[in-house]
Amino acid sequence: MDSALVMIQVLNGLQLGVLLFLLAAGLTLVFGIMDFINLAHGAFYMLGAFICATLALWLDSFLLAVLLAVPLTFVIGVVVELGIARQLYQADHLEQILATFGLILIADTLVQMIWGPEGLTFALPEILNGQVRLFDDVEFPVYRILIISVGLLVALALYVVVSHTRIGMLIRAGASNRRMVQALGVDIRMLFTLVFAAGAAMAGLAGLMIAPITEASIGMGNEILIVAFVVIVIGGIGSVQGAFFGAMLVGLIDTLSRSFLDDFLRLFLSHQAAETSAPAISAMLIYILMAVILTFRPQGLFGARSS
Amino acid sequence: MIKNFIPGALALIILALPGVGSAESVKIGFVTTLTTGAAVIGNDMRDAVNLAVEDLNGRMGDRDIEVIFADDGFKPETGKQVTDKLVKSDDVDFVAGYIWSHVLLASQKSVLNADKFLISVNAGPSQLAGKLCHRDFFSTSWQNDQTPMAMGAVLSQRGIGKLYVMAPNYAAGKNMVAGVERTFKGEIVGKDLTKWGKDAQLDFSAELATAKASGAEALFVFYPGKAGGAFMKQYEQAGLADKLPLYTVFTVDAISLPKLQQANMKAVLGSLTTGFWGPGLENPQNARFVEGFLKKYGRYPSFYAAQSYDSIFLINSAVESVGGNLQDRDGMRAAMEKADFPSVRGSFSYGANHFPIQNFYLLEVVADGNGNWTTEIRSTVFENHQDTYVADCDL
Repeated sequence: MDSALVMIQVLNGLQLGVLLFLLAAGLTLVFGIMDFINLAHGAFYMLGAFICATLALWLDSFLLAVLLAVPLTFVIGVVVELGIARQLYQADHLEQILATFGLILIADTLVQMIWGPEGLTFALPEILNGQVRLFDDVEFPVYRILIISVGLLVALALYVVVSHTRIGMLIRAGASNRRMVQALGVDIRMLFTLVFAAGAAMAGLAGLMIAPITEASIGMGNEILIVAFVVIVIGGIGSVQGAFFGAMLVGLIDTLSRSFLDDFLRLFLSHQAAETSAPAISAMLIYILMAVILTFRPQGLFGARSS
Repeated sequence: MIKNFIPGALALIILALPGVGSAESVKIGFVTTLTTGAAVIGNDMRDAVNLAVEDLNGRMGDRDIEVIFADDGFKPETGKQVTDKLVKSDDVDFVAGYIWSHVLLASQKSVLNADKFLISVNAGPSQLAGKLCHRDFFSTSWQNDQTPMAMGAVLSQRGIGKLYVMAPNYAAGKNMVAGVERTFKGEIVGKDLTKWGKDAQLDFSAELATAKASGAEALFVFYPGKAGGAFMKQYEQAGLADKLPLYTVFTVDAISLPKLQQANMKAVLGSLTTGFWGPGLENPQNARFVEGFLKKYGRYPSFYAAQSYDSIFLINSAVESVGGNLQDRDGMRAAMEKADFPSVRGSFSYGANHFPIQNFYLLEVVADGNGNWTTEIRSTVFENHQDTYVADCDL
């Protein structure tokens, strides 16, 4: 276990972290501000991936595909908010869960009808396909560095918007007390649409960034959404900062435990026992973390509300 | 009166319905994965079954063939449910299919306890080859360990001393690892079993980084279905193509290759895999199958398709041998034990546990005459190879 490997695994953990953050940021805002549990948030992640893959194959340009796919998922977000999500804000959580679970099934089936069950894959431009030498013996794929950079930039932009602009002030106010914002005469419906669609666009961005690595496949959003929910619970519902630190924590713990738990357990378990128990324990670790945090801070690390 | 009449009539109709077709037809339930990303495999198998039925002109021993496809949703519990339905409500004569070892293990009792024949078209878990072997169970594929055992032998022949192993964490993944460990003579310097199932791990960055740092001379992986494509892309992106040569089983196949070609993942060309079959294997039945499949569907069949095609011909040999008398189960069993049917793998025989005793080949990924990527047989690794678990089977 040398330092170069640890460094690479930390970068891998950060990469998973920023993806989780992009997904969790929208989820936490929608949940925090509209009090709306959107299980179908992962559908935007999937749609972003499929739209980008299709465009990349058509236009033969990854950059153009990304530039078009993100606004497109934003527009889909607006449509879904106006057409469907808006009717559900007043409903209780169980109804929201049922309705958005239905949306997942519809989205997955639509994707299967349009693109077929086998998923889509496309090549990265040559320039992104290589490795970059960070230090003497630390090499890391260029594309994964790009994912980390884009993710951090979006996080920074979101921080500036949420903390230093008027719209951000409204978003924060909405997260801590929705009724008061409404009572003050803010056009809350417009704000809701904007937040929902921005969340969709960020999820789409996460999906299209992972697509060249794992390919676009049906249900890819549902798989990662569960972890994104863990992230927002850890970070505190409604808090973008919480989503960021929660995502980084989960990304790092998940990646590092997958790579090093085996060696660690070998210190006091037999070779065979360590080998079989390590994958099981590392799969559980983030949930254990969530349980521990909920025990000591039920509102999460950066919880806006103490409900 | 009317109130009582309607349910009564309905019940009569429902009772009568299954009888309509079953008197004449051979009913085959076929369980595979038709939803989730793994549906690509299931669709390939379904296409092959339909082709086989067509090639038999829809008839087996003067009876119509009726195939009922069922979706296991890539989950053991769903697989068991649809199997129960096929056995109890559809009352099929044969249950065939099963891609996944964990699904087959969950479902096998439902079939075998109901005195039906169970034909595994892909999954070959060690349990069913050994302790759980059953007289009514047959395989048209292989026991899970065999293909990686062939790969382990190839790796040793090539003088590789240090190997890194990656596979998904489920029944077959463990069998694959056990298989390669059994014949590989060098040292295994690292091993990763990754999360599998509906929310399988598809980002292998951490594992690939560890593999690269481990000092291994070669990388052995088993990632069936969509995970195979994802793995290959990351293997190329991690810059391992010229540092850590790749040896795979059931990962690079006719299902992943067209997509890899579309994405221009050249790292896969020249990579080696082992298997019991390749589209170019020379025998009349295979030529008929591959040509027919290419003509009908415009793509190469996968090994999953080959095994599915074989399963229908195996069932046909059983039904023909008893002249269509489906009550003669002993006769059908005896016929299947002979493996006396045209198989795409050429002639072979069944071991005591009803797994094939067959050849295994080394295959290389190449571009064919038309530029399509496919696998080509390079050499024979094992001749008439039998799995090791047969010793635990007391049939």
